[in-house]
Amino acid sequence: MDWALFWEWLIKSLVVIFTLLGGFAYLTLYERRLLARIQVRIGPNRAGPQGLLQPIADAVKLIFKEELTPARVYRAVFFLAPVVTMVPSIVIAAVIPWGTSFTLGGRTITLYLADINVGVLYLMSVASIAVYGIVMAGWSSNNKYAMLGGLRSSAQMISYELTLGLMFVVAILMGNSMRMIDIVEAQGEMWFGVIQPIGFLLLFLTTLAEVNRHPFDMPEAEQELTAGYHTEYSGMKFALFFMAEYQKMIVVSMIGASLFLGGYREFWFLRDTFLSVDRAWFLGPVYLFAKVIVLLGVMIWVRATWPRIRYDRLMALGWKIFLPLSLYLVFVTAIGIILEAYWLITLLSVLGGLVAVAVIYVDLRRKYYARA
Amino acid sequence: MTLDLILFLVLAVIAVASALGMLLSRNAVYSALFLVLNFVTVAAFYLLLGAPLIAMTQVTVYAGAIMVLFLFVIMLLGAEQLGPTGVLPWQRPLAIVLALMLIIEIGYLLIARSPAVSLLSPPPSAVNTTDFLRQMGEMLFNEYLLPFEVTSILLLVAMVGAIVLTKPEKGGR
Repeated sequence: MDWALFWEWLIKSLVVIFTLLGGFAYLTLYERRLLARIQVRIGPNRAGPQGLLQPIADAVKLIFKEELTPARVYRAVFFLAPVVTMVPSIVIAAVIPWGTSFTLGGRTITLYLADINVGVLYLMSVASIAVYGIVMAGWSSNNKYAMLGGLRSSAQMISYELTLGLMFVVAILMGNSMRMIDIVEAQGEMWFGVIQPIGFLLLFLTTLAEVNRHPFDMPEAEQELTAGYHTEYSGMKFALFFMAEYQKMIVVSMIGASLFLGGYREFWFLRDTFLSVDRAWFLGPVYLFAKVIVLLGVMIWVRATWPRIRYDRLMALGWKIFLPLSLYLVFVTAIGIILEAYWLITLLSVLGGLVAVAVIYVDLRRKYYARA
Repeated sequence: MTLDLILFLVLAVIAVASALGMLLSRNAVYSALFLVLNFVTVAAFYLLLGAPLIAMTQVTVYAGAIMVLFLFVIMLLGAEQLGPTGVLPWQRPLAIVLALMLIIEIGYLLIARSPAVSLLSPPPSAVNTTDFLRQMGEMLFNEYLLPFEVTSILLLVAMVGAIVLTKPEKGGR
């Protein structure tokens, strides 16, 4: 066994894991500060300069909190559920490329952990496993609210996974490969999100539903379900759910950035300048994380702006609007690629998006008048 | 090879244990979770044999989509506790006969196959490229187009059936 290779992989894995863990801690701060900003408040700014030590204080608090295990839970599943939620949210990051490669002491070190030829399919399969943690938590708590939260989340994830998969298909079609690196490299000339804007928007909204973020945070709707599937969890086990949710936010932002916003590639018009990743490898992670931070900011902005969508409307939106629209987008993308006319994809996709918005508007109007 | 063998043995134990757990568990949710574990282990077998596409599809379709639906229905109906089972009188002899037939078939296939072909040899590394995926897709849509389309029509019929069943009757409410 090649020990240098072993160390390279170990170090890269640790970097990915600690980036996600540290990212989680500072994402909470980012969210609280940005939310406060939007709501004309100040937000946490006491612990350390600008509140930078707040996540550490929170972590210490969560570790030392008392942990209660309710008497009538299904113990084995109850203990496994936080772990099953946490693990997929980390391992899914393994196939996301952070950059190209650089040479260190005669070795070419690549800036990605796993380069598998079915990378996008890997994302899909890990994402489909991720729902189990929530379902297990909801069932094993032996509590009606938790149970309802688990049921809601499984129904929601199954429904939105279809659209998510079809949006992956769009990226695969345009990148002409299932490898993440090929897809990112194919966006050197033009980002797929620019060619297929509605596709990117749909992917973004679907990932919001997949990670149970606002406005699709049905599984933990406070007014209806106390805290949803993690009602009975406390202390560090609750912290694990909390961590998994924020890590999933980071990871889906990475996925969205890689599939539609050029991943570690620069802006398409900077391609031949010194800001290109081809000239300076260390800019790869910088670009990727800049995009991730912007996407996370939009997620928080959405949380501050939109009210939670009602559950039957959530299902109707997923099945009656998103699914037909995403099928249409796959169709349009395939046609545009065969005709080699990318402007056609953009045109037809925007038209499809407008039709979808019109359908939603007419439907809501009809319901409003039917009630009045 | 030895590392592969150790991995195989560990996975085999997990697969058999989870299958047994699925059968013997008196709680439907535990059974479903054991089945998920079994599917994931089988996916790991495919990975070991150098077939990542099949492995990922296995996890996505079986462990991801189908078992979530199973669990959903079990939880929605609150049917996780199985009552005492009534054993049908002819069930046990029939099961024994069928199991014997299966074991004989497997044994015959194992012995009749030339022993030179190792059961655990991965396919050539050419299989593991992006080109292979393309070839597979082309084959699916050229050579095997008819079975593919028939399968999709079958699924479509099932979908239409589900929609018709859940459609509210006219005049109701």
